[in-house]
Amino acid sequence: MSAHELKSGPLEYRTQEGQMSILGFWIFLAAEVVLFSTLFATYAVLFGRTADAPVPGELFEPGIVLVMTFLLLTSSFTCGIAIHHMRRGSVKGLMTWLIITLILGLGFLGFEIYEFVHYSHEGATLQSSAFWSAFYTLAGTHGVHVTLGIGWAVLLLIQLAKRGLTPVTSRKVFIISLYWHFLDVIWIFIFTSVYLIGMVV
Amino acid sequence: MAEHSKRFPINHIIGFVLSIVLTLLAAWAALGSDLPVKWIIAGIMTLAVIQAGIQLFMFMHMTERESGGGHVPWNMMFHGFVLAAIIVAGSLFTMSFGFTHDHDDGGSHQQEEQQEEHSGH
Repeated sequence: MSAHELKSGPLEYRTQEGQMSILGFWIFLAAEVVLFSTLFATYAVLFGRTADAPVPGELFEPGIVLVMTFLLLTSSFTCGIAIHHMRRGSVKGLMTWLIITLILGLGFLGFEIYEFVHYSHEGATLQSSAFWSAFYTLAGTHGVHVTLGIGWAVLLLIQLAKRGLTPVTSRKVFIISLYWHFLDVIWIFIFTSVYLIGMVV
Repeated sequence: MAEHSKRFPINHIIGFVLSIVLTLLAAWAALGSDLPVKWIIAGIMTLAVIQAGIQLFMFMHMTERESGGGHVPWNMMFHGFVLAAIIVAGSLFTMSFGFTHDHDDGGSHQQEEQQEEHSGH
C-alpha cells in the first residue's frame, strides 16, 4: 500500500473540493442524527398515550414491516455495489445498480404509503392522539428523506448519463450513497424502537 | 485499504448477510421468544446499534484512508450519536411524569422505575 497521490485513489477524493464536500456531508449527517433524535425522543416520551385511538400493538403487522426493512437493507447493499462499480470505473455498472437501488427505495415508499393509509382507515391518524402524531412525524420524516433521496438520485442518473464519471459526478454519487446508507441506519432504529417495541409492549 | 480495486465486494456481501441475520434475530427476539420484555428491549436495541455499525463501517467507507482514515466521519457520527443519546435519555428522564402506562412495562425502555406521581393533569 503506497501513499496515494491525487492521481490515483478514488475519483471523488482527488480534488480538494471533493474532499471538502464529503467532509461537509458528514457534518450534515451528524446534524441529521440530532434531528432524528429529537423525533425519537418525542416518540419515546409520548409512547402509550394513544387516547381513544387504537394502540400500536393492534395495528403494527410484522410481515409488512419486515418486508419494508428488507427492501431498505437490500437497497443499501445495492447502493454499496453501485459505489463498488463506480470505483472500478464502470459507469454502466454504477447506473444499473443505482437504478436497482431506486426501484427498491420506491418499493419501500409504496409499502410505507400503503401502511399509513391502512392505519388511518383503522382510526389512527396524525390528529387522533399524541402517540400517533409522534409516530407519523417520525416515520413520515424518514419517508420524506427517502422521497428526496429518490428525486436526488434520479437527477444524478441524468447527469451521469450526460457527463459520465468525472471527479464532480463521482463526488456527487458518493455523497448520495452516504445519504442512502444513512437512511438505512435511521430505519434500523425506527424498525427496532418503533415497530418491534410497539409490538412487544 | 485497497477496497476499491477488489473485483468482488466481499465486505458488502458480509455486511448485507450480517444485517439480514441481525434483523431476523431481532424480529425473532421480539415476536417469537418469550423472554422478559426488558431483556427483549435491551437485546434488540443492542442489535440495532450493531447493525448501524455495520452500515457505517462496512457500507459507508468510514475508515478508508482517503477520508483521513475515518477521522472526520468517526468524529461526526460519534458526537452525533452522543447528542442523540443525551436528547432521548434526557427527554425520557424529564418528561416521564403524571402518566401510568396501561401496559405491564412502561413504554419507555430507559425508564427504570415507574414514577407514581399524582400530579393533577
